Amino acid sequence: MTSELLHDQQKPRTYSFDARPHEPAGAKPAKRLSPARIMIYSLLFVATLYYLLPLYVMVMTSLKGLPEIRLGNIFSPPMKLTFAPWVKAWDGACTGLYCEGLKVGFWNSIKITVPSTIVSIAVASVNGYALTNWKFKGSEVFFAILIFGSFIPYQVMLFPLVIITRELGIFGSLSGIVFIHTIFGMPILTLLFRNYFMSLPPELFKAARVDGAGFWRIFLVILVPMSLPIFAVALILQVTGIWNDFLFGLVFAGLKNFPMTVQLNNIVNATQGVKEYNVNMAAALLTGLVPLSIYFISGKLFVRGIAAGAVKG
Amino acid sequence: MNSIEIKDLSLRFGEVEVLKNLNLSIHKGEFLVLLGSSGCGKSTLLNCVAGLLDLSHGQIFIDERNVTWEEPKDRGIGMVFQSYALYPQMSVRGNLSFGLKNAGIPKAEIAKRIQRAAEILQIQDLLHRKPAALSGGQRQRVAIGRALVRDVDVFLFDEPLSNLDAKLRADLRVEINRLHHRLKNTMIYVTHDQIEAMTLADRIAVMRDGNILQLDVPSQIYNRPINKYIAGFIGSPSMNFLEGKLSAGDNPSFIFGDERFDMSRYRFDGEGQQNGATTLGVRPEHIRTGNAAQEMPISRNIVVEVVEPMGSDTLVRTHLAGQEFRLRMDGLASVNKGDNLLVGFDPAQVSLFETTSEQRL
Ligand SMILES: Nc1ncnc2c1ncn2[C@@H]1O[C@H](COP(=O)(O)OP(=O)(O)O)[C@@H](O)[C@H]1O
Ligand SMILES: [Mg+2]
Repeated sequence: MTSELLHDQQKPRTYSFDARPHEPAGAKPAKRLSPARIMIYSLLFVATLYYLLPLYVMVMTSLKGLPEIRLGNIFSPPMKLTFAPWVKAWDGACTGLYCEGLKVGFWNSIKITVPSTIVSIAVASVNGYALTNWKFKGSEVFFAILIFGSFIPYQVMLFPLVIITRELGIFGSLSGIVFIHTIFGMPILTLLFRNYFMSLPPELFKAARVDGAGFWRIFLVILVPMSLPIFAVALILQVTGIWNDFLFGLVFAGLKNFPMTVQLNNIVNATQGVKEYNVNMAAALLTGLVPLSIYFISGKLFVRGIAAGAVKG
Repeated sequence: MNSIEIKDLSLRFGEVEVLKNLNLSIHKGEFLVLLGSSGCGKSTLLNCVAGLLDLSHGQIFIDERNVTWEEPKDRGIGMVFQSYALYPQMSVRGNLSFGLKNAGIPKAEIAKRIQRAAEILQIQDLLHRKPAALSGGQRQRVAIGRALVRDVDVFLFDEPLSNLDAKLRADLRVEINRLHHRLKNTMIYVTHDQIEAMTLADRIAVMRDGNILQLDVPSQIYNRPINKYIAGFIGSPSMNFLEGKLSAGDNPSFIFGDERFDMSRYRFDGEGQQNGATTLGVRPEHIRTGNAAQEMPISRNIVVEVVEPMGSDTLVRTHLAGQEFRLRMDGLASVNKGDNLLVGFDPAQVSLFETTSEQRL
């Protein structure tokens, strides 16, 4: 009996020793490149080239002198490297009457973007919170109207808004343009925040109410700290949107406060004198730098926010 | 003195009436369990008591005080949720102290209360941790602690153990029981788990479709359910129902198929016996087999059709006069499909229901 048992126990071991090499065992081997894979990768490669090529041309052109540009070899790297176009674009290019470069527009854009972003996100997040957790009579209707607002092309509202801001006495001023950006950011941002707050467990809100926290305390102490990802998304949306805005800046900001995009346009479309392609390229790159860096910076914040905000384990 | 009194409470969500003219009085220090299947309005009722939902109609009194329009924080309640609902960005200590800080309680007092709650719940070592770093059982302890530090007279539990695995559930159940005996405060405990209800409750309120069907001590709910729904809902495996008719008289009997059961030992409720279509309910665990069956007032021979061993006991399925019939046997009993078996039960332990109204006779 005992020997039989022992014998039985040994049997499977011998089996496993002469397992055939092709029998699946252990880690699954990596697949070799299949034709489909090769297709996909080459397609992706071409697409990447397609999008990177213009950027490459811009960077190269901005680093060349005008004589070299006139030779016409747009793909060749600069023979004589120069940063003068960048300096000129920043400091000395003519935007209409003044020749102070893009730096004026840059600071204007900062002055517009920072308060607009903060105010619009602050208002919209409170909106979304109230619409989710403090439903009032007609809150659904209010929300529907708000969402409907995001479907109206904003050119339609341009003229009425000019009149409204004029009546408010903020037309052509910094507060005017901040007001406009806050208004136009409202529908999409409110939707964003409402949907996010809807996805949080309602018990959290109930528990906080039992704990005696009021409207603002629940929002600021409980909800905001666990909503960093959505704030990051809103930040990206607003900063890039407001920075890249041209029309509102042109109409509402007033001469003194023209944002970078408007000034860029003035530089590039200047009709008098030679076309300084290198300066134009440098100016365009400078203008695009801010949204680009926002993507990189807040992308990280985004991931960290998700990791920190883990609700359930 | 009543700790909680609910008068004519109705609650509507738009067109749907979720709670219907509900009345309920809970004594001071009582452990009341609201038991019912999912969606019957248990959580809604609890939220009404907590002040998290506005009533459509009716009043709520806590400690003789009309709190119908009061904010949750002013009602003197603590609440524990199924999903724990811990504030994820705060440590355990932060979670416990949040409500106390909101109430403006001095720091020293807060520390003292947290200390005491942590001791009772055995979470002293976890105070600095974030909820994400806790297991399910620990999280629920913290959630209970959050109600505990509030030093209130009434605890509301909304299925606090449903998210835990079976073993933890059993452990925490005992702890909640112990907690109640120690604190002696009023507790309303919502569950759809009848074991929790039977083991914890002083009284059980069985709910269905926004009504309270029966409010009684667990043994009455189990032994003398007032209608067929409750009889079927309580007990696992569920009660056998045999359809037949009652012939009333000095020696009332239940007749179904060719069978006739003598019901003279049955204790009729209120209005007493009446002739007509009747359902007889008998619990699988009340059925004896073999020699024990012989001593029962009613016994019959059956053929075993399906055997389901469950370890501690064995469930046997069969038919009795053409109607489905289950019985529970000891896990050690050797019984096989096709066996002949003598089964018997005592009419004193069965329930009779009028077939159309499903009310207990
Ligand atoms: N906010 C709400 N709006 C509309 N209907 C609801 C709402 N909350 C709950 N209900 C409905 O009320 C009924 C009872 O819900 P609930 O009290 O959560 O049940 P239980 O806790 O007993 O499972 C359900 O049918 C549910 O669909
Ligand atoms: Mg529920």
